[in-house]
Amino acid sequence: MYNFEFERPSTVEDAVRALAGDEAQALGGGQTLIPTLKQRLAMPSKLVSLTGIDSIRGVCVADDGAVCVGGATTHATVAREAAAAYPALAALAGQIGDPAVRNRGTIGGSLANNDPSACYPAAALGSGATIVTNAREIAADDYFQGMFETALEEGEIITEVRFPVPQAASYQKFDQPASRFALVGVFVARFAEGVRVAVTGASAEGVFRWHEAEAALAKNFAADALKGLSLSADGMIGDMHGTPEYRAHLAGVLAARAVAAA
Amino acid sequence: MTSVSMTVNGKPVSGEVEGRTLLVEFLREGQGLTGTHVGCDTSQCGACVVHVNGEAVKACTIFAAEAEGAEVTTIEGMAEADGTLHPIQQAFQDHHGLQCGFCTPGMVMSAAALLKENPQPSPAEIRDYLEGNICRCTGYHNIVKAILAASGQDANAIAAE
Ligand SMILES: Cc1cc2nc3c(=O)[nH]c(=O)nc-3n(C[C@H](O)[C@H](O)[C@H](O)COP(=O)(O)OP(=O)(O)OC[C@H]3O[C@@H](n4cnc5c(N)ncnc54)[C@H](O)[C@@H]3O)c2cc1C
Ligand code: FES
Ligand code: FES
Repeated sequence: MYNFEFERPSTVEDAVRALAGDEAQALGGGQTLIPTLKQRLAMPSKLVSLTGIDSIRGVCVADDGAVCVGGATTHATVAREAAAAYPALAALAGQIGDPAVRNRGTIGGSLANNDPSACYPAAALGSGATIVTNAREIAADDYFQGMFETALEEGEIITEVRFPVPQAASYQKFDQPASRFALVGVFVARFAEGVRVAVTGASAEGVFRWHEAEAALAKNFAADALKGLSLSADGMIGDMHGTPEYRAHLAGVLAARAVAAA
Repeated sequence: MTSVSMTVNGKPVSGEVEGRTLLVEFLREGQGLTGTHVGCDTSQCGACVVHVNGEAVKACTIFAAEAEGAEVTTIEGMAEADGTLHPIQQAFQDHHGLQCGFCTPGMVMSAAALLKENPQPSPAEIRDYLEGNICRCTGYHNIVKAILAASGQDANAIAAE
């Protein structure tokens, strides 16, 4: 690993200032960035740790009922503290990696990274969440822009993620046991206004909404409503763990399971 | 170089570190606490698990500077001062929960974190919690038995798998 300076500010303003410098990078829980640095795939001159900023940690429920998760909140905290207000979100957080990863990894780091097999992108897109940064608010539909690509600008910090709470929801993850990420994961959420279905782990473009399934489930929220629907294998990830066809098929199976469990 | 201070196994310690110094390097090379092992150095195996402010973390995936001011417990902090093993360590010995012993420090630290959260876990809950701790020798069965025993449950109640 190349060396770098280390800073741990206690306010968002100080963190934004520290990140303005050349080649400075934010450090959340480090569960993705530290392995990346060890492989010398990134060489920031300075790391700005966000874990000392109390105002962007923790879970709360807003007046409109939305669950607000601070950008530097760990997966373990979400698993514990969102359990009552948004059980499907808490359950998703509780299935990320392993306990030690969950004790460090943060929601902001996961969404900023936008790994095509990560779990949180499915929750954010599936819930129609709002990603709040130090500069603006971004709708999940505009935020995810392809594998490892997001709407974030250089030096922009995710300070909060606001999740509208659906009437019913479930995340079904098919584990890739070596990496502990999702081989495929599907998040289904039913709102008064309609149904959202987000698929992670499958597409080479990263998380996406399965609009056909959403329309079918809006008419009839039952696993049977998905019978006959299928995703095309075009553009799906193919690797030693599964072919594009396998992933496309798995997404359908998991969507049906999510509806049944919601 | 910057200086960091933390409490390790109840003792205040400090030292000079680089930004990139990992907590596991600070513990092993700086403090001579070589009980914390590095199995993979890629955040996968859990041999390096220690407690930071009471929570299990992979010491190969946290910088020493991030532990500034923290309470750190390593495997060396588990036994009593007179050498009496911690009940989890004793149970690993009694139930043959180790062979080469390389994964054992991480297993014991993860088990301690589990029992703090869930004092009487089921065999399935133990296996689930140990998802991030890899053992190349035992096949896990005796590790699960040891943790059941350490939690005061009947280790022989689980069938061999
Ligand atoms: C063994 C293992 C298993 C895992 N399993 C899963 C899994 O099953 N599902 C899953 O989804 N993930 C999994 N992960 C990844 C894990 O969830 C990471 O915690 C997460 O991807 C990154 O979060 P972090 O806080 O650790 O970010 P870091 O590693 O610190 O940072 C990642 C990136 O985000 C940026 N960043 C960090 N915080 C912010 C912020 N608040 N605002 C803007 N940018 C920010 C950093 O600059 C960096 O580019 C696993 C990781 C490991 C090591
Ligand atoms: S050495 Fe830290 S997880 Fe393997
Ligand atoms: S006892 Fe050898 S790796 Fe676990």
